[in-house]
Amino acid sequence: MYEFEFTRPASVAEAVAALNAEEAQALGGGQTLIPTLKQRLAMPTTLVSLSGVAEMQGIGLQDDGQLVIGGATTHAEVASGAVGTYPALAALAGQIGDPAVRNRGTLGGSLANNDPAACYPAAALGSGATIVTNTREIPADEYFQGMFTTALEEGEIVVSVKFPVPEAANYQKFVQPASRFAMVGVFAARFADGVRVAVTGASEEGVFRWTDAEAALASSFTPDAISALSVDPDGMIGDIHGTKAYRAHLVNVMTRRAVAAAV
Amino acid sequence: MPKDIDAKESGIGAASKRREDIRFLSGTGNYTDDINLNGQAYVHFLRSDVAHGRITSIETAEAAAMPGVLRIFTGADFEGVGSIPCGWQVTDRFGEVMQEPAHPVLAQGKVRHVGDPIAAVVAETAEAARDAAEAIELDIEELPAVVDMKAALAEGAPKVHDDLTSNLCYDWGFVEDNKAAVNAAFEAAAHVTSLELVNNRLVANPMEPRVAVGDFNRATGDSTLYTTSQNPHVIRLLMGAFVLGIPEHKLRVVAPDVGGGFGSKIFHYAEEAFCTFAAKALNRAVKWTSSRSEAFMSDAHGRDHVTKIELALDADNNFTALRTDTLANMGAYLSTFAPSVPTWLHGTLMAGNYKTPLIYVNVKAVFTNTVPVDAYRGAGRPEATFQLERVIDKAALELGVDPIALRRQNFITEFPYATPVAVEYDTGDYVATMDKLEEIADIAGFAARRAESERAGKLRGLGVNCYIEACGIAPSNLVGQLGARAGLYESATVRVNATGGIVVMTGSHSHGQGHETSFPQVIASMIGIDENMVEIEHGDTNNAPMGMGTYGSRSLAVGGSAMVRATEKIIAKAKKIAAHLMEAADADIELKDGQFSVAGTDKSVAWGDVTLAAYVPHNYPLEEIEPGLEETAFYDPSNFTYPSGAYACEVEVDPETGKVSIARFAAADDFGNIVNPMIVDGQVHGGIGQGIGQALLEGCVYDENGQLLSASFMDYAMPRADDVPFYEVDHSCQTPCTHNPLGVKGCGEAGAIGSPPAVVNAVVNALRSAGKDVTHIDMPLSPARVWAAMQG
Repeated sequence: MYEFEFTRPASVAEAVAALNAEEAQALGGGQTLIPTLKQRLAMPTTLVSLSGVAEMQGIGLQDDGQLVIGGATTHAEVASGAVGTYPALAALAGQIGDPAVRNRGTLGGSLANNDPAACYPAAALGSGATIVTNTREIPADEYFQGMFTTALEEGEIVVSVKFPVPEAANYQKFVQPASRFAMVGVFAARFADGVRVAVTGASEEGVFRWTDAEAALASSFTPDAISALSVDPDGMIGDIHGTKAYRAHLVNVMTRRAVAAAV
Repeated sequence: MPKDIDAKESGIGAASKRREDIRFLSGTGNYTDDINLNGQAYVHFLRSDVAHGRITSIETAEAAAMPGVLRIFTGADFEGVGSIPCGWQVTDRFGEVMQEPAHPVLAQGKVRHVGDPIAAVVAETAEAARDAAEAIELDIEELPAVVDMKAALAEGAPKVHDDLTSNLCYDWGFVEDNKAAVNAAFEAAAHVTSLELVNNRLVANPMEPRVAVGDFNRATGDSTLYTTSQNPHVIRLLMGAFVLGIPEHKLRVVAPDVGGGFGSKIFHYAEEAFCTFAAKALNRAVKWTSSRSEAFMSDAHGRDHVTKIELALDADNNFTALRTDTLANMGAYLSTFAPSVPTWLHGTLMAGNYKTPLIYVNVKAVFTNTVPVDAYRGAGRPEATFQLERVIDKAALELGVDPIALRRQNFITEFPYATPVAVEYDTGDYVATMDKLEEIADIAGFAARRAESERAGKLRGLGVNCYIEACGIAPSNLVGQLGARAGLYESATVRVNATGGIVVMTGSHSHGQGHETSFPQVIASMIGIDENMVEIEHGDTNNAPMGMGTYGSRSLAVGGSAMVRATEKIIAKAKKIAAHLMEAADADIELKDGQFSVAGTDKSVAWGDVTLAAYVPHNYPLEEIEPGLEETAFYDPSNFTYPSGAYACEVEVDPETGKVSIARFAAADDFGNIVNPMIVDGQVHGGIGQGIGQALLEGCVYDENGQLLSASFMDYAMPRADDVPFYEVDHSCQTPCTHNPLGVKGCGEAGAIGSPPAVVNAVVNALRSAGKDVTHIDMPLSPARVWAAMQG
């Protein structure tokens, strides 16, 4: 990697200030950024580690029933800390990568990066979560804007994420054989006022909501309700691991399995 | 512990724990990257990012002026230096020798694959070298690349090497004289089964990437290369004699602890020659450590055959003839043993376990703009086994007969057996291994297990196959006739110390095989002493006698035999000394449990008394024998060895996603005599793991422009612990090799050779159970491919 300065601010305010520097880059758990740096594909002048920011740590229930998770909370902490409050989210976090990844990678880092094959974007979008930054609150529906693209402005930090807790939910991941990222991951959640289905891994546009399935599942939250539905293979990812048609097929299979497991 | 491991505590047959694992597992090994020399500099290679192109300009002045840079080398610096040599010359079916292009250390004018080294920056630190490499101004005129082998052979295809007549390396026919008779047998056949298939390109990916450290001693003029090699003597010979012109007595090659090779560390690589050359040029030690990304584009790849195979049967389902056509990818240059893999290591195995009387094998080796392809665990034999065992399964399908019964009907049952493809199997018992397999795999219980899987919504399939391999490569005079430019003996020096301990210097090389444990078991058994009194040294050309190294499952069969021969000399001399000490005749001396005794008397002297006398020869027959106790032997076998076996795989397929899971895997092998059954189990486990990797996961893929798409572990799928089941492994069927002193056959490659067809046969069987008209799927059987096959 190229040389860079390293700072570890203790508060969001300090972190925001540090990120004002030219070519400064926020560092979450580093599970994407560090390999990128090692390959010399990025050249920040300063890395601003968010791991020491106390306000960005931890998991707690709000009075309105929403689960709030700090942006610097690791996957492992969510996997164990959300079991009682939001088991589907805890299970998703517990399936990300391997133990080393889960003990370094963070919720905020994953959402800020918005890898099209990452798991957390499906949970955030599928839950209708709110991404809380140092300046504003962004609904998940507005936050994800395509592969590696989000509503975050330069220097804006994911301080926490507020997850409404559904009545029933489940995440099903079909892994890409080599990376074991999601080749198709589907998060299905049933709320009192409707159903949300978010799909990661499959689309060239990154995580998306499968609205046809949501409508069908709203009237009957059963796998059979969506048996006849399909997503358009156009716009799906086609690569050496699977064609567009295969990914489109898997979206249906994984959604049915998520619904079956959530019931 | 497997049930065939007996309770023997030491010596031949004991499951002695691997003593080397203590250092490997506790971080105290001495790998090449652990070697750091005084004043060491670091090299970074600037590699081609295009598959085929002409270097129009290369400006290094600015980069050379950067901090820490010692010197930048380009192809121009190597104009007077030799080409990386190829160690095997194949003669084609018209009697012409193969086309053999030059392989420069650094590109001369043209680049021919992504990863081809163009320039090398030597600097005070690895980071400084990399920084400067990025500052080199390079202009490459990109040329059309050839990637697909058929396209490479087409009229007017771009040529990888301008000075060759085409991209065809050779067109090999075997046995050419059989061709007409084979064709006639096909005309007369009652049934012909035909199958086109791909043997997928693989990347070996040993855990330890390649490393080279070159050193030069200005005082003595000696060069030293520390390298991750399976055969340091071979590297010394190839690099010294053919590339750099350094005589062997001025060149030392050391391959210390090596973290896996699987064939990919047999070959002499440009980086080794560069580090040795640069160390002398700069009078500094020069180190290169491959990144994993570099390994994907610079380690020799494996397999990559495209084959059409046809099997002729008579009305009683006897195999009457076999015919195969293969395109074998050589990549952009000829790696050390590349030409031998699709020919002599492949064609000679096409008889398999079957008495097919007529066989003709055609192989066209092709240059493409891809990384060179060479031996990878099994090397030619997996390719032979895969096509043969797949076409037999397809024949059974077409004929509506049981695939196991069809195999049994055609087994070779009498030994020795001379195949129609030039080799003679000394021993084997294919009926016994199949019987054993049916027992340990519980073939009879398959129907019940299939019903259980179906209740869970899964398709279950059973695949069975046999394999034969030729190991312990092999008689030097034979391989010389076949084109090898090296001998294939092995050497050992047994050095007995005064107090009775023994150091064995072997030309074999252990890079995971456990030689440090199993070799002492042999010597300890011969003398009757504790195996901990024996230590193995290997990997340093300054210590061991000239040896050919480890590949082709040859270490115990060839290297172990050399060690036996040297130990026999030791024992003969020790008996003479013992006879003198006990004032008896040489012929009356017996050695048992480390004690020399005079037959028929109670007189005896201990091993240690004799060894001490050899080095403190106060009471010693100096007029008859020399003092000391050290002997060297070279062993050149009279034939290959022929391990064989039968494998069974059961898979579950998720019909909705195409995902294949290995439910059960059983292997019944005949390795002849066994020295350490635990190590043999481990070798088989690892081999099957790699075979399952090839069958289900691993695939090295280029796009049409020659860009490597599977260039990291993000896209190249290696098998992981949860991809493989617990194996049922048995090697109680033992027909000892008749021509080596240990009766051993070799076990290192069997698993990788025997397992891919079992997996594919099982998946085809599973899909057909659901009424799918599937007869073949090309490896790797990824979920996407299996699903696509099910869609018809």
